[in-house]
Amino acid sequence: MRSRNSIVLAFIVVLALVTLWIDLPIEHPRWAEQALVWQQPPEYRDLKIKQGLDLLGGTQILLEAKPAPGQAVTARDLEAARVIVERRVNGLGVTEPLVQLQGENRIIVELPGINNPDQAVQTLKSTGQLEFVEIGPSSGSEYPNIKQGVYVRTTNFAHVPDPAALGKLEHPYPEVVFKTIMTGAQLQDAGIGLDQYGVPFIDFTLKQPDGAKIFGDYTAQHIDGILAIVLDNVVLSAPVIRSAIPDGRGVIEGRFTRDEAESLAVQMRYGALPVPLEVVNRRTIGATLGADSVRRSVTAGLIGLVTVLLFMVVYYRLPGAMAAIALLIYASLNLALYKLIPVTLTLPGITGFLLSTGMAVDANILIFERMKEELRWGRSLRLAVETGFSRAWTSIFDSNLSTLITCLILILFGRTFGAQPVLGFAVNLAIGVMISMFTAMTVTRTFMRTVFDSAASEGLREKHWLLGI
Amino acid sequence: MFRLVEQRKWYFLLSTVIILPGLLAMIYSTIATGLPFRLAIDFTGGSIWELSFEQPIQPAQLRDVFTDAGYSDTAVTTVGDGATAQVRLKAIDEAQKVALMEAIETRFGSGVIEKQFAAVGPAIGQEVTQAAVLAVVAAALAITFFLVLAFRKVAHPFRYGVSAVIAMVHDILVTTGIFSICSLLFGWEADALFLTALLTVISFSVQDTIVVFDRIRENAPKYRGEPFSLVANRSLLETLHRSLATQLNALFVMASLLLFGGATIKQFIAVMFYGLISGTYSSIFNAVPILVAWEERDLFGTKKRQMA
Repeated sequence: MRSRNSIVLAFIVVLALVTLWIDLPIEHPRWAEQALVWQQPPEYRDLKIKQGLDLLGGTQILLEAKPAPGQAVTARDLEAARVIVERRVNGLGVTEPLVQLQGENRIIVELPGINNPDQAVQTLKSTGQLEFVEIGPSSGSEYPNIKQGVYVRTTNFAHVPDPAALGKLEHPYPEVVFKTIMTGAQLQDAGIGLDQYGVPFIDFTLKQPDGAKIFGDYTAQHIDGILAIVLDNVVLSAPVIRSAIPDGRGVIEGRFTRDEAESLAVQMRYGALPVPLEVVNRRTIGATLGADSVRRSVTAGLIGLVTVLLFMVVYYRLPGAMAAIALLIYASLNLALYKLIPVTLTLPGITGFLLSTGMAVDANILIFERMKEELRWGRSLRLAVETGFSRAWTSIFDSNLSTLITCLILILFGRTFGAQPVLGFAVNLAIGVMISMFTAMTVTRTFMRTVFDSAASEGLREKHWLLGI
Repeated sequence: MFRLVEQRKWYFLLSTVIILPGLLAMIYSTIATGLPFRLAIDFTGGSIWELSFEQPIQPAQLRDVFTDAGYSDTAVTTVGDGATAQVRLKAIDEAQKVALMEAIETRFGSGVIEKQFAAVGPAIGQEVTQAAVLAVVAAALAITFFLVLAFRKVAHPFRYGVSAVIAMVHDILVTTGIFSICSLLFGWEADALFLTALLTVISFSVQDTIVVFDRIRENAPKYRGEPFSLVANRSLLETLHRSLATQLNALFVMASLLLFGGATIKQFIAVMFYGLISGTYSSIFNAVPILVAWEERDLFGTKKRQMA
């Protein structure tokens, strides 16, 4: 019994030290970040606290898929739309943006610290940036790797893409910026047709008079040149100009299947998004307001926490002091988990955490009150401690479970609507409640067993003021 | 032993006195506006725009900018020193917003800073409202079900469940009532965080009740000869310390957030603050007395007095 207690104590001490080290705002070694942080792709793993938009300032946009009548939104469509939105967000040059699927038909976008949110929103929901891009002569081409599905930088959209936003896309010529000849604004219509052998081709019309003129002039001068059709920096098709197209009506031939041709025509017409997106909800929080919130809530949190610690020590004396240490370990464990999972901290999230510290001490209060009763009935110290813990457990478990049920409902609600404040609060409260069961039961009990079992505890039973009876 | 549960008529009276003004406020507000309290754009849809200017401004002047641009249904209030304005209007998109910002800058100079902006489409507002109602109902049902399950081994689990639910409804009424009064007096608006606070209050209320009921469950077989009211009273007194100590801790945290925390979540904290106090009160002074009243078929504790 005694040696088992020592092992648990050693485990708690190690855990406390490790979490404390994770919590410290220092540069952590790369291997630790790689090994400890979950979920994130490797290049994004770090041990920094992720701050929500209400703390950092920035813009949050909730996009909703608005399919045309009769069109169904599949999970694949939405994922494809998310990837495209992520690529566009990347083009805005924001640090650590977030693009996530939310519920069945929504995408949430968070842009921390963005300067011109209005313009950003317009870029995001636009149907896509279609461009006709000059690649160069087709025979002995300098750029043989330009083909359907590769990423290219163009004069209109020349930003260097983020590796994460590229995903599986190839980017064969990262140094080269290809020249944009004309944008999709000049396209009138695109559809498909079948040639005499039943092979599909794309048939497009340009706007009169500008589109037709630019295209006519260009094609006349660049016969046998490659003119790639690029949508959101991704090559849709890289056809060779066979002849001048003066009247603004052209065809793209290739070895398309019917589906490919149809999808290409649709993309030329409506842009890359497999389903139109609409902004249903958006919030912008100024950076100064965010910074002020951080400062205030950290102060408030610390004052609240210190008051609780003081109360525990003053009211419950020696056991209270042990519970206070357990509470500090609790706080350290929570903070470490926020960094590891990672959890994005918001103002309501901080409130959720603080509220959960209340629950964490509540468990100890239940135990101590029980213990004091047992002591008053004349039980021995050891027995009172053990009875206190075992009897209080049912109350603690039942009451915490009811809080967890509520948190679950709030999490479901928050996830569907991108209500980050609600989500932040519920997630932190839930994590706190679960951790609190461990610290209040295991950590405090181990401390008490260690102190009360030691030789020094002789006569402790009689020192009522120390036990807070 | 102090007979706590026998004074129940006074507790019920106090609860009524506290709930009544809030209830009246909700009824008045429902008649006047169709809703028990003002709802934020989270539920109604619309835009809220917080702007700070270099000097204090007249709300009417800013309002004119919006009316001239064709947004007649715009409300402008200034907060704090009068140099920060909150503008409420229908949901606008980016192009409309850019145009409005230009108009504002032409009128007030270019030192205008956007502190916050939020726009919620009307359709999603409706959806959020439905989900919010669903969330409250689901939480209440889930917790009731859980209570009945947790106390299935006691003599009348249904009575325990119903008593806890009445205490829960009590806390909902107290919280929404106070909110309705604040809504009438200070223009508080219920947003998604209000819903969060309400659900938290519900779960904490139940938590307090569970602790007392748990003790009754434990004591009942121990003191088999005693009348139920005595067992309940004993359990209540035994857990009173815990209830007060826990409550005090939660209030420390809430008070510190209320006093020193940022302004953006003040309402959220305030709702939880009142809710937590109400939750502790109702579990001690409503849930247990109701259970006793039911068990002894004596609502106001008057029969006992005649016998004694």
